Amino acid sequence: MGILSSSIARKVAMALSAFFLMFFLLIHVSVNLVSVFSEDAFNTASHFMGTNPLIQYAMQPILLFGVIFHFVLGFVLELKNRNARVVKYYKNNGAANSTWMSRNMIFSGLVILAFIVLHFIDFWFPEVNYKYIAHLPEDPSRYYGELVHKFENPIRVGAYVVAFIFLALHLLHGFQSAFQSMGCNNKYTKYVKSFGKWYALLIPALFIFIALFHYFSH
Amino acid sequence: MNLTLKIWRQKSPEDKGKMVEYKVTDISEHMSFLEMLDVLNEQLVEANEEPVAFDHDCREGICGMCSLYINGEAHGPDRGITTCQLHMRMFNDGDTIYIEPWRAKAFPVIKDLIVDRTALDRIQQAGGFISVNTSGNTQDADAILISKHAADEAMDAATCIGCGACVATCKNSSAMLFVGAKISQYALLPQGQIEASDRVLNMVRQMDLEGFGNCTNTGACEIECPKGISLVNIARMNREFLKASLKG
Repeated sequence: MGILSSSIARKVAMALSAFFLMFFLLIHVSVNLVSVFSEDAFNTASHFMGTNPLIQYAMQPILLFGVIFHFVLGFVLELKNRNARVVKYYKNNGAANSTWMSRNMIFSGLVILAFIVLHFIDFWFPEVNYKYIAHLPEDPSRYYGELVHKFENPIRVGAYVVAFIFLALHLLHGFQSAFQSMGCNNKYTKYVKSFGKWYALLIPALFIFIALFHYFSH
Repeated sequence: MNLTLKIWRQKSPEDKGKMVEYKVTDISEHMSFLEMLDVLNEQLVEANEEPVAFDHDCREGICGMCSLYINGEAHGPDRGITTCQLHMRMFNDGDTIYIEPWRAKAFPVIKDLIVDRTALDRIQQAGGFISVNTSGNTQDADAILISKHAADEAMDAATCIGCGACVATCKNSSAMLFVGAKISQYALLPQGQIEASDRVLNMVRQMDLEGFGNCTNTGACEIECPKGISLVNIARMNREFLKASLKG
């Protein structure tokens, strides 16, 4: 894997892609939150995100790469780590020394991956089809209606809620873990950890709130 | 107290090995865990059976020889101790105790509960030292001023006894707490600066070659370490590695 041949380089790469994705989540939830307050403002924001060339042709491919990179490297690391212990313990008390979240990042990650597939089918593929395959004329007022329509289905809303609970579990370990991997463990770590807990709970909670808000208000 | 022991028995590195059940009776709560195993072994010898092989040396928590994964935890259920410092008062009459060797691909079983931990020695040999001219005119180490804070942190890192509990307890069999401690004890001191880049790059390379896993920051190693080596040392190793890699 060239530059990623060292274990620490792989850790750093995981952390950097995690920082990028955590920043993206912040942007995403901010835009979604607008939909709760104003249909027009949400349409304007979505139209901007959907048509701005910098976002469409630079940020979007980078994001796609970031998501794929984080997942692929995560799976590679998991396989390598499993291979580092061929014979398992008969009795292992992991709960005695570590959190469930930290031991099950691959599991929460797989749930998030399944969610992203669903999310792509729901929003991203239709959007790509609309703009780049069917070449339909741009309607700046279409976004809010599309969002509300998706959240009419209780099964989809339920799936979103479950996925975001797992995102919270993933972030509860991942946020502070990314700082540790980058070598940041000092007198500020206690603040990083407590900010990380707030971030890990607040961002998924807002996503859940937005989904439930549209489900119950329409 | 009377106990049921489920112990990993493996005749040789090639043997498949299995868990075998034993009973021990009249065990005093004041005994150490290894003394309890001594009682079992006397029992086995009297019955003309092969005694259980396990590592031990100083029996006072300093040599790093004893190991054992007891009831799912490295060095057993107590904190800040090695297996030889674990007392039977931590258990109750009638308990079943699982005793297994450290499990990691880099720590192959030699016999029963004894594993080969020379992978840690090879990591140390790859860079865990400073080169000093010992021709007779070596500068007195005390002549170099070191801050109290740096000296304390270096000493804390140097308390690692290389027992391998961090590897055994890590779900990924990562040796990064050990390597982090060994790098830190030099990185914090002026004498360690000259070879700092080579040290971290060579030790990490050797660690990867030995087949240890990648750290995922669960923190289990720090909890189970008998010497309380902190995760701060892994973060310092990561910084040292980044610094050395970027320097080229």
